[in-house]
Amino acid sequence: MPTDSESIYGFVTSHKPDAGGHFGRFGGRYVAETLMGPLQELEDAFNEAWSDEAFQAERIRLLQQYAGRATPLYHAEHLSEEVGGAQILLKREDLTHTGAHKINNTIGQGLLAHRMGKKRVIAETGAGQHGVATATVAAMFGMQCDVYMGREDMQRQAPNVFRMRLLGANVIPVDSGTATLKDALNDALRDWVASCQDTFYIIGTVAGPHPYPLMVREFHVVIGQEARRQCLKQMGKLPDVAIACVGGGSNAMGLFHPLRDDPVRLVAVEAAGHGLNSGEHAASLGTGKPGILHGNLTYLLEDSDGQIEGTHSISAGLDYPGVGPELAYMHEQGRLELMSATDEEALAAFQQLSLCEGILPALESSHAVAAAIRMAADMRPDEILLVNLSGRGDKDLNTVCEKLGMGGMESLT
Amino acid sequence: MSGDRLQECFGRCRNENRAALIGYLTAGDPDPATSEKLLCALAEKVDILEIGMPFSDPMADGPSIQAASERALAAGTHMDDVFRLTAAVRKAHPDIGIVFMGYANVVYVMGYEKFAESAKRHGADGVLLVDIPPEESHDLDAALKTEGLHSIRLLAPTSSEERRKLVAANASGFIYYISLTGITGAEIGELDSIRKQVDEIRHLTKLPVCVGFGIKTPEQAASIADFADGVVIGSHFVSQIAEHLSDSCAMIRAVGDAAGTMLEAFRAGSGRRE
Repeated sequence: MPTDSESIYGFVTSHKPDAGGHFGRFGGRYVAETLMGPLQELEDAFNEAWSDEAFQAERIRLLQQYAGRATPLYHAEHLSEEVGGAQILLKREDLTHTGAHKINNTIGQGLLAHRMGKKRVIAETGAGQHGVATATVAAMFGMQCDVYMGREDMQRQAPNVFRMRLLGANVIPVDSGTATLKDALNDALRDWVASCQDTFYIIGTVAGPHPYPLMVREFHVVIGQEARRQCLKQMGKLPDVAIACVGGGSNAMGLFHPLRDDPVRLVAVEAAGHGLNSGEHAASLGTGKPGILHGNLTYLLEDSDGQIEGTHSISAGLDYPGVGPELAYMHEQGRLELMSATDEEALAAFQQLSLCEGILPALESSHAVAAAIRMAADMRPDEILLVNLSGRGDKDLNTVCEKLGMGGMESLT
Repeated sequence: MSGDRLQECFGRCRNENRAALIGYLTAGDPDPATSEKLLCALAEKVDILEIGMPFSDPMADGPSIQAASERALAAGTHMDDVFRLTAAVRKAHPDIGIVFMGYANVVYVMGYEKFAESAKRHGADGVLLVDIPPEESHDLDAALKTEGLHSIRLLAPTSSEERRKLVAANASGFIYYISLTGITGAEIGELDSIRKQVDEIRHLTKLPVCVGFGIKTPEQAASIADFADGVVIGSHFVSQIAEHLSDSCAMIRAVGDAAGTMLEAFRAGSGRRE
């Protein structure tokens, strides 16, 4: 099996950061001295595991048997026809176990934690998908699990809070700052500073201090590796455009990385919230500037004093003032095209995909779908637009139904 | 470095056979006007004053100093105010050491050169940015050096021998040893282990070695003052502000009194020092 897997899932790392974890001027390791030792230990453990055939074979086995990979690449013919332009293909990460791409990473980091002999894992979560995926592997590996989640996010993603609890995880509400994803990350880091000797911190996106941006990318490249191969097989050619939503950027890096050396346009879609001029959005690449937060140098939404600004997005998973450092680098290199979608556009895309294809996308992924619909309309029918459908929308039913005037869950009785 | 105020501070303390008392407050907490009085009250008692630059996301701090940053920012404290308050303290206390403490982003966004120039001009002697380890500090250190400012560095219980050497080689002013594996204001580690680590660090550097994080009572402070060159007290002073938010006179008195009690404990213990 390792030989088979190797042919689909190559394990050779390309586009490596420098020895200090820098992608150009971005990335690095901006943390308190207490964490420098544990991060070096993690980097060494990851490098060793990544070149170990047994680790890779077990990781791939779990991705296939447990998470349900490979996920299909679905030619959304009805949506393509309705839009009347390019052919829209959906990479169905929503069909993985736990319902989002996040499981790819937590299987990788969970295995690594297990290999390092850690008895406890912690995580931050926004939409709750990463928290659920972490709680899932913690249950499977028999590790204690604490998940930090902003109190506001706990309310808008309540189903995921219950899922985590049912999986045996302890969900710790975060009230500091804006009580959303960035504050959950702060509190998880504070926990890890005190517990690093016996605890593994499973970061959920391609951000944080080195080696996290690299490691999380490597655990997610299965998305792009499969999609590239599937597109060639099903459509006879590579996509013209690959498109993904970007909060921290894990699903985007997973899709983009295996396509970055191909003649494929890579489009990153950020959350425009109430509009890019409203001051209430989460478009750090499009409107932010470089700064240092959560262990890395990257694009941030911040004021002129370097204070981190509050963000807004209808989707908790995109409601973050920073972005992965490698995406910041690719943006400055001109390798990315930036788009954004407002709350309203994401909601409209959610509805259109639901009605037209029978697929309820996560509100995060709905941003990518919204941009894809806009873009496809101006393309030719022989062109291919590949969308990363990073998660399913079940967790968002309450938010969506309320916004659409269908009432909340409680209105049914 | 000629006219090195930090070394003069440690020298004076050595002459009194006691450790230096280093006190921290967040600039602008609870508001810039009260903060000026608080900083001056603390400066009356301490040898070195650490002035915290408020930050929206203080990841290495516990609830007490997090709340201080939140109060300062909510009261509209900007970096201009931090510098202005520093200049006021410096004017009233020409001889104490003043160290800026905070997080990388505030300084990075301002620009390292501009920050260093302004810090020097307003009376600072050194800078400690919690989340800039030596590996990332090349540009910052160059800017600080140009202005003759010390780059103070942290060491932690988790720092390997190799890292201790790296940090010792890159530090100036003093070494700040973190007494616990955790955030500010948490429970302090075993005294014997702290003493052993401080002794080991001394073999690597001639710089004074100070200890901080989690030191709350005069007894704890005095027992660390027995062997360290300096003791940093932060959360304990900051919590005096939180306890007296409705009465600024009582607040200022409480901070001064807390610092005075600490200093007395150091003096009482001076006979125990080797």
